[in-house]
Amino acid sequence: MNTTPPPLLDVRNLRISFRDGDRTTTAVDGISFRLQHGETLAIVGESGSGKSVTALSLTRLLPEPPANIESGQIFFNGTDLLALPPEKIRAYRGKKVAYIFQEPGSSLNPVFRIRTQIAEALRLHRPEVLDEEAECGRLLDLVGIRQPRTRLNDYPHQLSGGMQQRVMIAMALACQPSLLVADEPTTALDVTIQKQVMDLLKDLKKNLGMSFILITHNFGIVSGFADQIAVMYRGRIVEQGAAPQVLASPQHPYTRALMDCIPKLGRRQKRLTTIDHDNLTNTELAHP
Amino acid sequence: MSALPLLQVRDLCVHFPVRSGLLGRSVDTIRAVDGISFDIPRGTTVGLVGESGSGKTTTGRAILKLVPATSGSITFEGRDITTATPSAMRPLRRRMQIIFQDPFNSLNPRLPIFNIIGEALEIHFPELAKKDRRHRVAELLSKVGLKPEHMDRYPHEFSGGQRQRIGIARALAVQPEFIVCDEPVSALDVSVQAQIVNLLQDLQEEFGLTYLFIAHDLAVVEHISDHVLVMHSGTIVEAGTPEKIYGQPEHEYTRNLLASVPTLA
Amino acid sequence: MHPATTAHTASLWSRFWSHGSARVFFPVLLLLYLSALLAPFLAPYGEADQLLSKAYHPPALPVWKNGQLQVPRLVLTNKATREFRLDTQNPWAPVSLFAKGSPYQWLGFIPCDRHLFTTSPTERLYLLGADSYGRCVFSRLLYGSQVSLSIGLIGIAITTVLGMLLGGIAGYFGGWTDSLLMRVTEVLMSIPGLYLILALRAVFSKDLDSANIYLVMIVILSFIGWSGTARVIRGMALSLRERDFISASRALGQNPLIIITRHIWPNVFSYVIVSATLSVPGYILGEASLSFLGLGIQDPQSSWGLMLAQAQSIRVLVSFWWMLLPGLLISLSVMSFNFVGDALRDAVDPKLRLAR
Repeated sequence: MNTTPPPLLDVRNLRISFRDGDRTTTAVDGISFRLQHGETLAIVGESGSGKSVTALSLTRLLPEPPANIESGQIFFNGTDLLALPPEKIRAYRGKKVAYIFQEPGSSLNPVFRIRTQIAEALRLHRPEVLDEEAECGRLLDLVGIRQPRTRLNDYPHQLSGGMQQRVMIAMALACQPSLLVADEPTTALDVTIQKQVMDLLKDLKKNLGMSFILITHNFGIVSGFADQIAVMYRGRIVEQGAAPQVLASPQHPYTRALMDCIPKLGRRQKRLTTIDHDNLTNTELAHP
Repeated sequence: MSALPLLQVRDLCVHFPVRSGLLGRSVDTIRAVDGISFDIPRGTTVGLVGESGSGKTTTGRAILKLVPATSGSITFEGRDITTATPSAMRPLRRRMQIIFQDPFNSLNPRLPIFNIIGEALEIHFPELAKKDRRHRVAELLSKVGLKPEHMDRYPHEFSGGQRQRIGIARALAVQPEFIVCDEPVSALDVSVQAQIVNLLQDLQEEFGLTYLFIAHDLAVVEHISDHVLVMHSGTIVEAGTPEKIYGQPEHEYTRNLLASVPTLA
Repeated sequence: MHPATTAHTASLWSRFWSHGSARVFFPVLLLLYLSALLAPFLAPYGEADQLLSKAYHPPALPVWKNGQLQVPRLVLTNKATREFRLDTQNPWAPVSLFAKGSPYQWLGFIPCDRHLFTTSPTERLYLLGADSYGRCVFSRLLYGSQVSLSIGLIGIAITTVLGMLLGGIAGYFGGWTDSLLMRVTEVLMSIPGLYLILALRAVFSKDLDSANIYLVMIVILSFIGWSGTARVIRGMALSLRERDFISASRALGQNPLIIITRHIWPNVFSYVIVSATLSVPGYILGEASLSFLGLGIQDPQSSWGLMLAQAQSIRVLVSFWWMLLPGLLISLSVMSFNFVGDALRDAVDPKLRLAR
């Protein structure tokens, strides 16, 4: 009882590169971060910063090649996932680490009913569930879909984008994972729907006590959800810390720049602030 | 200059028939746009905000006659273009252009940038020799912040923000007065969004452009617009200056939109 | 994944070439077409040059003897069974390289009379034997390949252009244009191919000269072939029409036909190339069937189907195996096109590749 349990996720010095012909580009350049049980980490960065690559690499979902995990360890509950053989990793996917992606429309199979798709996940990872119908209904109810029993009969195209994303979340929850990785879950959605989905994720976090990793380019959706924030820029984490601190007093100029470019209501700026990449690369990254 | 607005829309309706059965009988209609009216004064930006399915995109396309209007009228510089034939529209196409939401869908993946932008010049400035066309495309590329030597590359070699700039250069090629910006920043990272919004504002200042700016994000619309229209289920539920929309929203739906804007606090 | 797409375009050829079957069968196709192109030069004799006394002469290989290429001279010993033996008194006939022989017009208009190798008009070098008129099978195979192989390419060119144009128009315009064109393709597709060929062929007179028969065959085969391509192109055009780059072009006031050729065609092209390659065998076989049934190329002109038709008897099958060579060439070319088409499809769209 006196030994502290290992963190849920402990990523150390992860380095991932991509091969394209003779060229090798480093997508993730030696990053380390930790996630405790029940905590939420937001990885914030622009496209190309390596944030999605990091998320996918957690359960080795990246196609290798072209991707190549050059070095590092990913400890999940004390087990190094990168040292596991591929067939053992599969047991972690879905069951321990579940994903939701940006495009709910393309993540759902258009030819199957919602019921079939959730039940498939259940059968794969929770064979002990006997009443699939009831469990599927409960899951849809959990993600805030009204009349869940009737909705189970729908096909994906009969649902709006926001509803589809809720179904994706329900499918992810079906396996009762300890970690849910949400990769840009609201980017393809309208702002009103974005708010609803984020509110849903906040509720789930409060009620289920799960851990989350939220991958996003938008600082605006991070507040009120994340406990920790890691800011990624060109494959490196340039700033990480507790969410309130990072949001209130960002230390790194890139973090500040990323926050500044969000248009704010009621502040009639003449121009929106943009990120001066040349300046950042020259000054700040050379001497971090 | 007369006080006549550049564009007037009156009671515009766009209905799509829902067909079914063997003979394609129309069984129902979707009222995508259901009787909307507004003016766009020259040199201003009118923001049109609403959710997907509200009819905002259809409105933009109906103005450019990319989808047929069911009823109502669209008047460009005092001239009713609602029933104009394709050949009558042709000279007007040079004056009204469009920028699209999805930078991955709006550029033909099989054509180099020179051909994509040059197409506009070919149609509307057939007198330009190829050398002059290249010169003009180079000019346009630098105008939108890209390098002239990029013109022989293909769309897949560019990032989303760069593609959006190419789309803007294509629209600018014909020296239009009016541009429909159909969610030009919705698919972009926030940092890139800011660059594109700034670019659009710079170009407006330089060329005296008039915009219809369509978006679902009220914060962006509020920033760029002189006048805001809030659209819901095919109708305009609220219209006014950005200050008024933001300060004293009257409609329930507008208040909902305002509450959805993400904040750092 | 921008780097991946760059690699995609750049390595099209290398992916095609890395395919085992492409490496084998692409050179085979090149060789077949090259020899068809050079047929009159490579063939020692004209396609109609006959020597009745040497009918069904077996294949004979030349040898190097006394500083000269010579071929054994055979004489007929049994008229009924067509048995030959070596002419003991005068056993060798000289073969000359790059010599003047029967005159021909290369590509139909360049007069020439040089052959890679030939003999004097009274002697014969039958590399692959002789047919029932004592004509050189090797020469006739070469001349026949001109018809059999070109009909596929020309036919596919016509159907592809027709299919792309009509399919593009149907898909882009939609509405009644689409309905009309698609009903036409359905009617065409519902008629059994062979009967249509027979019916159409019957419309044209039987005593056309060879050049006209050749044209008629191309027209018939293309007429049947375009509907399949058109239907697929129409489907692709329907989905492309919704893409914004098409809207952008429409917003510029672009002419619809230019939208189809410039924006729709390049995007369906990889599919078209693959499907064209895979349908060439249909034309080669179509020509073979027509000629086999006596409705195609007429003697003395040659084509592989016609040559095969002249080999349909037990006696030929048993005694004169070389008469079946055109069948082998038909199989080889059809197979090559299929394998090359497969490799091309895998190279164009790696996602379609099936587990092998």
